Amino acid sequence: MTDHDREPQAIRAEALESLLIEKGLLTADAIDEVIVRYSERVGPMNGARVVARAWIDPDFKQRLLEDGTSAINEFSFEGGRIEKLVVVENTEKVHNAVVCTLCSCYPWAVLGLPPRWYKDPQYRSRIVREPRTVLKEMGLDLPADLEIRIWDSSAEVRYMVLPQQPEHSLGKSEQELAQLVTRNSMVGVESL
Amino acid sequence: MDGIHDLGGKPGHGEVVVEKDEPAFHSRWEAAVFAMEAAGIAAGVWTNVDRFRHAIERIDPIAYATHGYYGRWLGGIENLLVEAGVVTRESIDARMEKMGGSLQDLVASRPNLVPDPVGDEPAGRGSSRVVNRKPKFATGDLVMTSRKAKSGHTRLPAYARGKTGAVVLTHDAWVYPDSNAHGQGEDPQYLYTVQFTGSELWGAGDENIKVSLDLFEPYLSAVDGRKLS
Repeated sequence: MTDHDREPQAIRAEALESLLIEKGLLTADAIDEVIVRYSERVGPMNGARVVARAWIDPDFKQRLLEDGTSAINEFSFEGGRIEKLVVVENTEKVHNAVVCTLCSCYPWAVLGLPPRWYKDPQYRSRIVREPRTVLKEMGLDLPADLEIRIWDSSAEVRYMVLPQQPEHSLGKSEQELAQLVTRNSMVGVESL
Repeated sequence: MDGIHDLGGKPGHGEVVVEKDEPAFHSRWEAAVFAMEAAGIAAGVWTNVDRFRHAIERIDPIAYATHGYYGRWLGGIENLLVEAGVVTRESIDARMEKMGGSLQDLVASRPNLVPDPVGDEPAGRGSSRVVNRKPKFATGDLVMTSRKAKSGHTRLPAYARGKTGAVVLTHDAWVYPDSNAHGQGEDPQYLYTVQFTGSELWGAGDENIKVSLDLFEPYLSAVDGRKLS
């Protein structure tokens, strides 16, 4: 066991888990299924497929930017119902990044579960106030004349960033392109 | 409520720490807590995300800051399970002690002695609703957000109160979290994406920064019927 497993909240979670299993409200199988689903099937590889298709198919890209919710239905992703998906495009003039300052809302169906930094107070407090500084600390040094748009997911709309396609990737297949797309680029804290 | 969860713009937080090759869950207990949320819904203990989010906002603020994301979920879930009478705090304490935990440790959950009514909370219908009235605002309208702080659940963060912005996207009417979280009905309201300049929010600084929030109609009032120029 790691130290993390022995944190007080870990022990309390295990205590509650055992009580709920005894009451028939929870099963070990349900917990295993959650781990498999979010480790193997629901994750940023889904969003990467959406981005790769948008890069090679201008009609799809237009549909995606106009109505992201309908456009991603073409992929039949499982898990994490998205009421409304808005896809925002990074360009030569605008850079977008996503946050949820009040909790940790995130487009699960396309990006899976959010990374720890997205849920931590540092990102949630600072990205709306000093985005240029935070992005620079995270390795993304944007020119001062590039407009930064931050999308604070304060209701059930979910946001995903469509990153700019790197020039070196022109001509690659959709499958090859999907391999290049990272989670952080679709949250807007990385350029490709 | 102006709880510790309302983090936007709060000073004092340091650099973002990015973990390389982060797994979906760091430990099995985190996945167990994740699965408890679905179990609670299946058991009918809570059926809407607004109630769930508010249960997390009500946990001990020190625990909120130190127990991590799934520690916060655990506190919220325990709040709701204890309030619904599914488990007692004492039974969790006793089991925890048996499993090697200490009763001296900080517990996140702070269940309400008089819980909100559960009310009519149909599950699985999503949040979008059809209402028999027209939206008050359209794309390009200038709007001002409410100045009032609320004691209960709301999705207007403190940093965006009393600020003027422009409607950039309009949405359907959606279940109103401020009402639904407290068992007071769905009270669907139109939703707008409102964009603010960084200088409007923070008083000064980088003119090349825009921050957008998704805000419900009751949070907004018209600014002299003006449009964005």
